Amino acid sequence: MGSPARPRVQVIGPSRIPTGFRSAAPTLCVRMMRQMRVVEKRQLLSADEIGRTLQRLAHEIVEKSGGTKDLALIGVRRRGVPLSERLAKTIRTSSGVDIPVGTIDITLYRDDLSTVGPQPVVHSNEINFPVDDRDLVIVDDVLYTGRTIRAAMNGLFDLGRPKRIRLCVLIDRGHREMPIEASFVGSHVQTSDTEIVEVHLKEVDGDERVVLVDRVP
Amino acid sequence: MLQRLEHLLGIEDLTREQISFILDQAKPFQEFQRHPLKKLATLRGKTVALAFFESSTRTRISFATAAARLGADTMNLQAESSSLKKGESLLDTVRTLEAMRPDGIVIRHSSSGAPEFIAQRLGIPIVNAGDGTHEHPTQALLDALTIRDRKGKLEGWNLTIVGDILHSRVARSNIHLLSKFGVRITLCGPAMWVPRELESLASNLRRVPRIEEALDGADAIIALRVQTERLHEPALAAEEYILRYQLTPRRLKLARPDALVLHPGPMIRGLEIDDAVADGPQSCVLEQVTNGLAIRMALLYHLVGGAPVENTAADKVPDKVQ
Repeated sequence: MGSPARPRVQVIGPSRIPTGFRSAAPTLCVRMMRQMRVVEKRQLLSADEIGRTLQRLAHEIVEKSGGTKDLALIGVRRRGVPLSERLAKTIRTSSGVDIPVGTIDITLYRDDLSTVGPQPVVHSNEINFPVDDRDLVIVDDVLYTGRTIRAAMNGLFDLGRPKRIRLCVLIDRGHREMPIEASFVGSHVQTSDTEIVEVHLKEVDGDERVVLVDRVP
Repeated sequence: MLQRLEHLLGIEDLTREQISFILDQAKPFQEFQRHPLKKLATLRGKTVALAFFESSTRTRISFATAAARLGADTMNLQAESSSLKKGESLLDTVRTLEAMRPDGIVIRHSSSGAPEFIAQRLGIPIVNAGDGTHEHPTQALLDALTIRDRKGKLEGWNLTIVGDILHSRVARSNIHLLSKFGVRITLCGPAMWVPRELESLASNLRRVPRIEEALDGADAIIALRVQTERLHEPALAAEEYILRYQLTPRRLKLARPDALVLHPGPMIRGLEIDDAVADGPQSCVLEQVTNGLAIRMALLYHLVGGAPVENTAADKVPDKVQ
């Protein structure tokens, strides 16, 4: 009791990882973040523009789904979660229907776990409805390599057999490493692979904007 | 904040934060047990050696299932068929296991300290699945998870442990764990099984010989299994143990109305616990089993998963991780 931590215990640092880095190992990110300077290049979306974009995406989802009967949204932790909740709220206001919303954590389905040292923290899925025969829309902030979405789909298959899975993202920044495309895209952005798209949402980050930052060695 | 453990050898040396971290990490795996498809590929390609030098059914099955559900393969070594019977030393046996390149070893041994002995000599994660009368850390973790789930928190409760405390590694691990969270612990049992020396295990600990007094005000009760081979006349006959220490519905009424009843299993109905208590609404025995799976999955994920430490140096990380 009250004994000091043993030397074999390693303490791992901050967990705020820029969006688009999620598929990389957190420890690697932290290490890289320490080694490089990050310079903000430009703002991609303001708070107002994020709001308007989500309005449009919500309408597109309803319009292209041929009814909302089986529709459900799945937010990918973390920033896909507030986005999916906002989309559901917009749909409720405009069409008067309550779309079920769930949360998925992709950690256990990542394809890079065997290459990282300390394992990332796992969170619970919160999907309180059967996914069988559902018309699912995965919601995330940034579509980059496609690996996160591959992992999210694997997680969903473990829960049942959805009728259809589509993808809705706020930003598509290119550089795909998997044959994955989004059905609903807020904004396409040309990026180089040294750049990072940072999505700040008030529920998670306190402020609200999307910025393009660059890593400077 | 994430704290990485290399091994799980016991509860005594863990901090409260490390324990809370493991309990928190079991939550997603509790949810996972309700999935229709209970198979992950998270530890695919990893091998967990289950070295049970002392016979075990439930703990071994629990670890094997936890490993299987994470996608890991298991190598089984059991006491009955073990080369230990042929005179091989513990170290030679585990070195042979290690030569087959498992990514972690889960060990149960009748000698206290055997897991630590191995951990000091092998370079892979070791999980203690019970060593002698020393510790059974995963049992204490699953008990704590069960109490925390049912009661909302761990801090501040009154826990009564009834039975053969002296020989119980389950009791020892539970005392270490719960006392770190400010749980007041009452030990109850025949005097020869509850010696005064146990008081040095924790500060908030008392010994009460009469079960009626020990149960008064208890928020949770752990009934320990009574090893029948230790019950013999003239010291203590089974009939006398039943008469004086069996957890019966009438005695349970002396505890708080919402008191939980835990048992590490295997239960001997009619000896340490009455049927009506074992199957009653206050009993958590089946939740304990399910929670054991979640705790062991969380531990294997964090201990066995990932790259070996020496491979994670910055210069060895492949360019294309992200």
